[in-house]
Amino acid sequence: MSHSTAVLARIGRMTGILVLVIAAMVALGPLLWTVTTSLRTPAEAFSNPPHWLPLHPDFSNYSAVFDRIPIGRFFVNSVLVTGLIVIGQTITCTLSGYAFAMVSFPGRSVIFGIFLATMMVPLQTIIIPVFVIIRYLGLSDSPLSLVVSALGSAFGTFLMRQYFMQMPRELGEAARIDGAGHFQTFLMIYAKMAGPAIATLAILNFSGFWAEFYRPLIFLQSQDNFTLPLGLVGLQGNLGTGSISIVLAGVILAILPSVVLFIFAQRYFIAGITAGASR
Amino acid sequence: MSAVTADVAKAVVKRRSHPTAHGEARFGFAMIGLSVLFVAVFTAIPILASLGLSFFSWDVISSPRYVGLKNYEQLFNDGPVLKSFGVTLGMALAIVVLQLTIGLALAVLVNQRKLVWVRTLFRTAFYLPLLASTAAVSIFMGYLFDYKFGVVNYYLGLLGIPNVPWLTSGFGAASTIVLIAVWQQVGFTFVLFVASLMSVPTDVLEAAQIDGAGALRTLFRIKIPLISPTILFAAVVALINAMQLFDQPYIMTKGGPGSATTTVTISMYQKGFQNLQFGYGSAIAILLLVAILMITGLQFLAARKLVFYQ
Repeated sequence: MSHSTAVLARIGRMTGILVLVIAAMVALGPLLWTVTTSLRTPAEAFSNPPHWLPLHPDFSNYSAVFDRIPIGRFFVNSVLVTGLIVIGQTITCTLSGYAFAMVSFPGRSVIFGIFLATMMVPLQTIIIPVFVIIRYLGLSDSPLSLVVSALGSAFGTFLMRQYFMQMPRELGEAARIDGAGHFQTFLMIYAKMAGPAIATLAILNFSGFWAEFYRPLIFLQSQDNFTLPLGLVGLQGNLGTGSISIVLAGVILAILPSVVLFIFAQRYFIAGITAGASR
Repeated sequence: MSAVTADVAKAVVKRRSHPTAHGEARFGFAMIGLSVLFVAVFTAIPILASLGLSFFSWDVISSPRYVGLKNYEQLFNDGPVLKSFGVTLGMALAIVVLQLTIGLALAVLVNQRKLVWVRTLFRTAFYLPLLASTAAVSIFMGYLFDYKFGVVNYYLGLLGIPNVPWLTSGFGAASTIVLIAVWQQVGFTFVLFVASLMSVPTDVLEAAQIDGAGALRTLFRIKIPLISPTILFAAVVALINAMQLFDQPYIMTKGGPGSATTTVTISMYQKGFQNLQFGYGSAIAILLLVAILMITGLQFLAARKLVFYQ
C-alpha cells in the first residue's frame, strides 16, 4: 500500500468513527434528556438550554409520581400480565416446539404449516374478533384478557422447534432404551438442554409485552386495570403541561426494568433478533 | 405445576408397556395441544372471523346483519379512510428506506476490524431506544419536539433556524413520526446487519483486497450481495411493522393535524372501536392485510433479481 492510500484509509476510518459517535449521541440524547429532566423541579423543567448533567438532582418527582397517579397499581398489573405471559408461553411453546421437531404424528407438517402462516398475519387484522372473543369469555376490562389471548405463539413455537431440531436424536433414543417414557425423555433430557432458547423466548416476550400499548388500549377501560404504558399516557393527559418532570419520572420508571434486563442478558436479546432472521 | 407434570410423566411411563407409533402420535398431540388451542382460538379463527365479519354490519349490541360487499363498497368510497392508506404507505416507505440505509451504514462502519472492542458499546447505544415502549418514546419525544419549548427547536435556534412546527403542521407531523420511528427501530436492523456482516468469510474479503478493490468497491460488490438475504428479511419485517404504525401518531398527534398522520390502524380503531362499526372495521383490517401481503410479495419478486443466495 502506498503512503497516500494509507493516509486516505486513515482519514476514512476517522470519519467513520466520527459518524458512529454522532449517531450514538443522537440515539442516547433523547433518553439522557428524559433522565435529567425527570430530576429537575417542575418549574425548571422547560428551561433551555437543557442541563445534560444533573448537578442538583431532585428525586421528588419520583415520589410525586406515586402520589399523583396509581403508578404502583399499573406496575403490579404490568408485572402480573407480563409475568404470566412469559411463564405461559414458555410452557406452551416448549411443549409444541419439541413435538414439531422430535415427535412424529399424523398431520404434523400441515399443522406446523398453519402455524407458520399465522405468523405473517398482523395483530391489527385479528384484533376485532379477538376483542369479541374476550367479551364472550367475560374477560372484558380485565388484565387477564391480555394474558389469555397471548398464551399461544406461532413464533415462540417456531423458535423452540428450530432449537430442538439441532439436538441429537440419539440422546432420546438412548433414554428410551433405558426405559424412560416420552415425556420423561423430553423433560429430563431435551428441556434441560433448551435453556438458552427458553431464555431467549422469555426475554423477547418480557420486553415485548412489557412495552405493549395497543392491546391494553383496546381491552382495558378502567384505570385500575391499566398497565404501565397505558397508565403513563393517561397520566400525561391528566397533568397537562405544568409538570412534565413528573411524567418523565414515570416514563423512566417504566423503561428501567427492560434496560436492567438488557444489561444482564444482552446476548439473549441479540440471539432473539438473529434467530428470527434465520428462518 | 410440578405435581401436574409428575402425574403426566407417570401416566406416560405407565403407557410405556407398548411403545407403539400410536403411543408416540398420542404423545405428539398432547404436546401440541395447548399451543394449538390458543393459536386456534386467538389467531387462526380470528383471521377467518375478520374476513367473515367484513361482510356483516354489526354494532356489538344488536345482532350482526349480512350486508354482502357493502362494507367494501363503502370503503372504496370513503375518502378519509382511503387517504389513511396513502398516508400509511408513504410513512412506511420512508421508515423502511431510512431504517435500512442508516442501519446498514452504521453496521458497516462498526464492522471494521479495528473497531471490534467498541462494537458492544455502540450496539448497546443503538439498541437502548428499542427497549423503551413506543408509548414512553411518544411521550418524551412529544416534549423534545415541542414547538415553543422543545430542545430540538432550541438547538436549531442556536444555528439561526426559526422554530419548526414539528408536530403542528401536516408534513412536519408525518416527518417527525417517521424520524422517531426510525430513531427507535434502527437498532433492530443494525444488530441484524452486524451479525450478518460478521459471517462474511474473511478469505473472500482478503482476496478482494489482494485484487486491489477499495473499501467502497468491496462493500457494494461483495459485502452487500453476500448479506442480501438478511437485507430482504429486514426489509420485509420493517415494512410489515411500519404498515401497522399506530402508537406514535395516536399518542402524539391523535392522527392530526387534520388527517395528516391518520394511519390505517388509526382509521380502523376509530371505525371499529370508537364508532362500534365492527363489520366496517374488519373490512379495513382485511384490506390492510391484503395490502401488506401484496407489498411483501412485490418485495420477494424484486428480491429474485437482487438477492444473492450462496
